[in-house]
Amino acid sequence: MSAGLTPAATPSGADRIVPVRSFDVEAIRRDFPILASTVNGKPLVYLDNAATSQKPRPVIETIMRYYAAENANIHRGVHWLSELATAKHEAARVKVQHFINAAAAREIIFVRGATEAINLVAQSWGRANLRPGDEILVTGMEHHSNIVPWQIVCEATGAILRAAPFSDRGQLLLGEFDRMLTGKTRLVAVTHVSNALGTINPVHRIVQAAHDRGALALIDGCQAIPHMPVDVRELDCDFYVFSGHKVFGPTGIGALYGKEKLLDAMPPYQGGGDMIKSVSFEKTTYNDLPYKFEAGTPHIAGAIGLGAALDYIQDIGMRRINEYENQLLTRATNAISEIPGVRIIGTPPCKASLISFVIDGIHPHDIGTILDQEGIAIRTGHHCAQPVMERLGVPATARASFAFYNTHQEADALVRAIRKVIEVFN
Amino acid sequence: MGDLRELYQEVILDHNKCPRNCRRIDNPTCEASGYNPLCGDKITVFLTVSDRIIKDVSFEGSGCAISTASASMMTQALKGKTVDEALKIFGRFHDLVTGKTQGDNSAQENLGKLAVFTGVSKFPVRVKCASLAWHTLKSALDGSSETVTTE
Repeated sequence: MSAGLTPAATPSGADRIVPVRSFDVEAIRRDFPILASTVNGKPLVYLDNAATSQKPRPVIETIMRYYAAENANIHRGVHWLSELATAKHEAARVKVQHFINAAAAREIIFVRGATEAINLVAQSWGRANLRPGDEILVTGMEHHSNIVPWQIVCEATGAILRAAPFSDRGQLLLGEFDRMLTGKTRLVAVTHVSNALGTINPVHRIVQAAHDRGALALIDGCQAIPHMPVDVRELDCDFYVFSGHKVFGPTGIGALYGKEKLLDAMPPYQGGGDMIKSVSFEKTTYNDLPYKFEAGTPHIAGAIGLGAALDYIQDIGMRRINEYENQLLTRATNAISEIPGVRIIGTPPCKASLISFVIDGIHPHDIGTILDQEGIAIRTGHHCAQPVMERLGVPATARASFAFYNTHQEADALVRAIRKVIEVFN
Repeated sequence: MGDLRELYQEVILDHNKCPRNCRRIDNPTCEASGYNPLCGDKITVFLTVSDRIIKDVSFEGSGCAISTASASMMTQALKGKTVDEALKIFGRFHDLVTGKTQGDNSAQENLGKLAVFTGVSKFPVRVKCASLAWHTLKSALDGSSETVTTE
C-alpha cells in the first residue's frame, strides 16, 4: 500500500504526532484511479467529498481480493474459507475500534451507514426508554438523518423533539442550547460537523453539558471522521455514528459506536440469524455484543473494505490531513470571498474543509451545471438539511467540499469556474 | 462552451432576469403548485380560463434559470390558446427537452420561441427544471389540488 508518504510508513495505531513531512498530494492522487478521469473534456476536479468520497486502490483491491479469494459466510462455517472471512471481518471491527479509540471491539456495531445507526439507536434505545414528555435535543443544523428517526420515535412514544438554533454565521448558539437542555432531555443528538455549513461543533462541551443534565449524547460523525482525529473516549459520547463511504470506504457500510453498558441494556433492533444464541418457539436467547445488533449476513466485503480505508488514511495521519485540508479551505475561502456577488454560507470560526456559497441572481443549480462543464463536481441543493436552508433564507446552496487528495490548483480551478458562471449570466 | 451557450441562450437568460407574467392572478379559475425537490424549485401557476380559452396565465415562485425562463416563456406562449392547444404544446415541448425531436426541424418550428429549450436535452438532469412549470400548468388545468413534484 502506498499513501504518498515520503519517509517510511508510520506504525499503525491511533493518530500519532507526525514530524514535519512533505504532503505529497500527487503521490496520494495516484492511489485514487478515478482522479485521473476527464469530464466534459476537462480533468475531473472532484469537490463533492461531503456527499461521498473516492476510493483508494488499497480499498478497491481489498474488496476485489475478498470476492476473488476470501468470500464465505461468517460466524457459522467450520470450513477454512469461513474462518478466514470471519477473521477478516472481525479484524475490520478492531480497525474501526482503534480508529475512534473505543474501549472494545464489541462496542462497534456494523450498520449500513450513519442513517441506519441513528435509526438503530432511535428504535432500540428510544422505544425502550422514552416516555411521553421526554425530550430529545438536536440542533438546527442537522442532516435529515439526524432529525427524521427522532421524529418517528417521538411519534411512537410521545417524546418531544427540540432543535437548538444557530447564528447567521452558522455557529451553534450554546446559550440557547444550554437553556433548552433541561431535566426533561433524555438524549442530545448533534452533528460533529455540519454537512451544509462546515461548522465544527464543540461536541466535547456538548457531551459534558448533556451528561451534567443526565442526558445521553449521540454524535453524528459523518463529516468529521474523514477530516480530523476522533477519540470517542476522550469525547465521552455515548454513541458515535459514521458512514464508510464518506471516509474513502465502500457504500453500504458504516459503524455505530456505543458504550458497552448502554448497548448491553438495549433491546435488539432487528431479529434474524447471527443475532441469536439459541432459538425455540418457547424462548429465544439473543447473542452478545456486537452480534446482537447484526441480524442477517452482514456486508462482509464492505466492512473489510472500510478497514482498508481506515488503514490508508491512518498511514497518512489524520492530523496531517486536517492541516493540509485547512490550507485548501483557507486558500479557496479567501479567493471566493473576493469575487463580487458571491456569498459564503456558513462562516463560523471553526470549520471543516467545505464551502457552501450562493451567487446573487444565479441559482445554485445553474452554478452546478456550469461547473460540471468545467469538469468540476460540486453539490447543489438543500444538502438534506432543509431546516438549515429555511433558517438562512436560501432555497439551496452550491457546496464545494475538499478531501486531502484535492490540490491547490483545483481550489484555483473552482474559483476560476465561479467567475465564469458570473460571466455566463451577465 | 458550446453546449453551455446552447443551454443558456440569451433569450433564456433574459427571461430569467426579467420573467414575464410573474405575478399572482386574483380569483383565478384554477391554480396549482409544483415543487422540484432536487433543487428546491417552487412554483405556483395561476390561470383564468373561460370557454376553454386561456385568457390569462401567470406564475410565482423561485427556481433556477431554466425553470424560471421556462415558466415565463410558457405563460407568453399560452395566453389566448385553448386548453387543448396548450396541452398539445406541452406534449411537443416535452418531446423537445427530452430529445425526442432531435434533428426534426419542423417539430422545433412548431414550438416557435420555445424551441430555445432544445439545449436542455443535452443536460438530462435539467429536464425536470424545464418541465416543472408545464407539469404544474397541467395539474392546474386538471383541477388537482396536490402539489406536483418532479420526483
